[in-house]
Amino acid sequence: MAEFRGDVSIVLGGAAGQGIQTVEEILTHALKRSGYHVYANKGYMSRVRGGINTTEIRVSSKPVRAFVKRIDILVPFKQGVLSWVENRLSETTVVLGERENVEETFLDKVNLVEVPLTKMALETGSQLYLNTTAAGLIVGLFHGDFEAVEEHIRKRFESKGENVVKKNIEAAKKGYDLGVKLCEEGTIAVDVQRDEKAAGDVLLTGTEAVGIGALAGGMNFLSFYPMSPSTGVSTFAAQKAEEFEIVVEQVEDEISAINMALGAWYAGARAMVSTSGGGFALMSEALSLAGMAENPVVIHLAQRPGPATGLPTRTMQGDLNLVLYAGHGDFPRIILTPGSLEEAFYLTAEAFNLADRYQVPVIILTDQYFVDTYYNLPAPDVSKVMFERHIVEAKPGYRRYELTEDGISPRAIPGYGEEVVIANGNEHDEWGDITEDAELTIKMQEKRAVKKLETIKRNAPLPKLIGKENAEYLVVSWGSTFHVVEEALEKLGSEKVAHLHFSWVYPLNPETKKFFEGRKVIVVENNVTGQFADLLWKELGVKADHRVLKYDGRPFSVEEVLDALKGVVE
Amino acid sequence: MNVQLSTGGELFEPRRPGSKDIAWCPGCGNFGIRNILISALAELGLKPSEVAIISGIGQAAKMPHYINANGYHTLHGRAIPIATGVKASNPELTVIAEGGDGDMYAEGGNHLLHAIRRNPDITVLIHDNQVYGLTKGQASPTTMKGMKTPTQPWGVFEEPFNPVALAVALDASFVARTFMGYFKESVEVIKQAIRHRGLAIVDILHPCVSFNKVNTYAWYREHTYWMDDHDPHDREAAFRRALESDPLPLGVFYINEKPSFEEEVPAYRWDKTPLWQREPKLNLVERFFETKS
Ligand SMILES: Cc1ncc(C[n+]2csc(CCOP(=O)(O)OP(=O)(O)O)c2C)c(N)n1
Ligand code: SF4
Ligand SMILES: [Mg+2]
Repeated sequence: MAEFRGDVSIVLGGAAGQGIQTVEEILTHALKRSGYHVYANKGYMSRVRGGINTTEIRVSSKPVRAFVKRIDILVPFKQGVLSWVENRLSETTVVLGERENVEETFLDKVNLVEVPLTKMALETGSQLYLNTTAAGLIVGLFHGDFEAVEEHIRKRFESKGENVVKKNIEAAKKGYDLGVKLCEEGTIAVDVQRDEKAAGDVLLTGTEAVGIGALAGGMNFLSFYPMSPSTGVSTFAAQKAEEFEIVVEQVEDEISAINMALGAWYAGARAMVSTSGGGFALMSEALSLAGMAENPVVIHLAQRPGPATGLPTRTMQGDLNLVLYAGHGDFPRIILTPGSLEEAFYLTAEAFNLADRYQVPVIILTDQYFVDTYYNLPAPDVSKVMFERHIVEAKPGYRRYELTEDGISPRAIPGYGEEVVIANGNEHDEWGDITEDAELTIKMQEKRAVKKLETIKRNAPLPKLIGKENAEYLVVSWGSTFHVVEEALEKLGSEKVAHLHFSWVYPLNPETKKFFEGRKVIVVENNVTGQFADLLWKELGVKADHRVLKYDGRPFSVEEVLDALKGVVE
Repeated sequence: MNVQLSTGGELFEPRRPGSKDIAWCPGCGNFGIRNILISALAELGLKPSEVAIISGIGQAAKMPHYINANGYHTLHGRAIPIATGVKASNPELTVIAEGGDGDMYAEGGNHLLHAIRRNPDITVLIHDNQVYGLTKGQASPTTMKGMKTPTQPWGVFEEPFNPVALAVALDASFVARTFMGYFKESVEVIKQAIRHRGLAIVDILHPCVSFNKVNTYAWYREHTYWMDDHDPHDREAAFRRALESDPLPLGVFYINEKPSFEEEVPAYRWDKTPLWQREPKLNLVERFFETKS
């Protein structure tokens, strides 16, 4: 008998267009509603039909937020899935599904629990019900609340009419009953405790956390050109545009997208663009304009592996150097890298205040893994979102680029006040008119690239330390690797090792250095060279003793990080 | 007289220290365009704080420094998207995108095409001197065939770009051409363009006395005429006129009233407040989380 306790990892695998997303959606929502902690992440191919897409779903009695390599239950919806995930199978993996979806070579090797999903769907009336049957089956294994399944199906299929809803519920019930029966018969035993708190949690994706965070920060303008994996945020904004009464426009290219956003900020809006590495590359001239004109802008960049088109639907943390150095000339910028969905919400909201206050580009750097991941969390506290407006009235004599101690000139906008506002991408005097004066050039260069940068640095938050201050080892993560490092360290359970996470990677507060003194430093990054480790060296003189890198286009698993850390600290 | 002083435009005369040192060559057509623009703005009864001039890069694009109005001197080719963003964020502003023929037809050509489709309520003024002025005399998209330049020493062989025909072909909202040597008529065309609701494109012919020895003041007078008997609501007629090349017709070619970008976007359907005055809708954020549990 196959037995799973506390934390179960389920992987669904099928072709693009086969609808495994429906299965995932129904069962995660229903299980969460029933009081289980859930986590899901997809690994999709860059195609609309065919291929093999997989989704990992973790169901647990405690919060789970990271990717694991281990597969407890595999549900294949077509042949080829087992070969695709072969290195993740073990003796305890149960393959739940139909025999014809299992390749010959695996038949005598795996623990197959046959379930006649197609037959059951046909009994309900059509092959179309296969997905809801499968979803019901898995919820049944956990003895989840069937009402929660019903409720979600109702919500999802409502627009298709009562008959579709009824049939799908019937299909799910057949699956559910079979799931319960498999447990009762003793074929599979699943023992995961419910946690009431999870039932009241929200279920969010990284995409939604960034999107709703932006709206909470007052975003009222978004211009974009579609590019995976960033498009979800633009789609989210478009879907919300009427309700929130904002401008969302798909434009001719990324150059237009960012320039429009610059114009919007110049006129006082709170604008954002959402893009990926290639699109951001096209934006770099305008980024430089933002630097020179001191034009605020918020950029969401969801990374995928490069160079060039790379792997469009996979993940990598390979664009840190791009955002650090993009744009000609010297000018400051702020780079934020949320590690959790809560951080994605609050930091994206805060990005708009930062852009407004410092009048610089603020880049929210996520990646495919992050935007496509979701889990349950307590609803963020909206009252904690602060709205700061840094716009001043243009009174007579107003000078857009007034020289100040901290490098920040009060920003007025056209139409608010009697005086005019002149912004300029050429070197300029305090009023904004072109200058070629050497003295003034020096002052303006220093205003932007030294004084303002220093002001931002001084006010930059410190990274988050988890564990003992004087631990022998310090494991450093940034962005999307937060939870996987967190869980690996929990599993390692060593007092010798602490975790330092960066959600604000640039510019670094000089005080950050103190965390590293006397520690052996291990930097974990999802790229081939260790771009953040290099930044630590350049900015703080901190040398990474070990770099744990992964660059196959897939996210780190807890097991991989754990093995790598064991190799270093034991 | 080639360049006439502006009329009634005291308000728009800049007094900033940096606006005195004008970088245009003596005798350049840009002076005339400046005076025409100032006169048009004044005659429309606008105030400097209500106007935003967004320019690209080039000699033409230096305009924001020589006029008293809100201004943003941006990047080569990017005035149109920036102006679109400005207007969509504050529809109360009168927004002008300004640049040269290289700026608008070469580097920014793609933006022009899509702005015609998007139809923001902005006025696009193209200072068309049929050459690159700032970078010293290379051919532009509108340079005439055969003209020799430092970088086309054998003479330009590319077919010149026809902005008017292009705009009419794309069913633009307002399309006009003028020659800055005709002061009063140009003021009228530009006033009409600014008043027009939707994207208004005005190709303004002007001599570059330093680098274009072909298209001089005299040449433009000889090779242009005003359309007196043309119905700008007739698209086919507009297209026929647009294809005429010698003499070049001047005046309003085409008017096509249609909803502007700002009228289409969800931001202003119920609420006309400019975006800068709005606050985050946190109650809706709360509601979103309620639907997610
Ligand atoms: C990206 C970029 N490429 C090239 C240039 C150099 N450049 C500046 S203005 C210009 C052309 C100017 O011609 P036009 O737009 O016709 O303006 P004019 O000076 O004739 O008024 C060029 C090529 C630039 N500033 N930026
Ligand atoms: S280079 Fe030509 S267009 Fe530029 S200012 Fe001189 S004359 Fe005018
Ligand atoms: Mg030119």
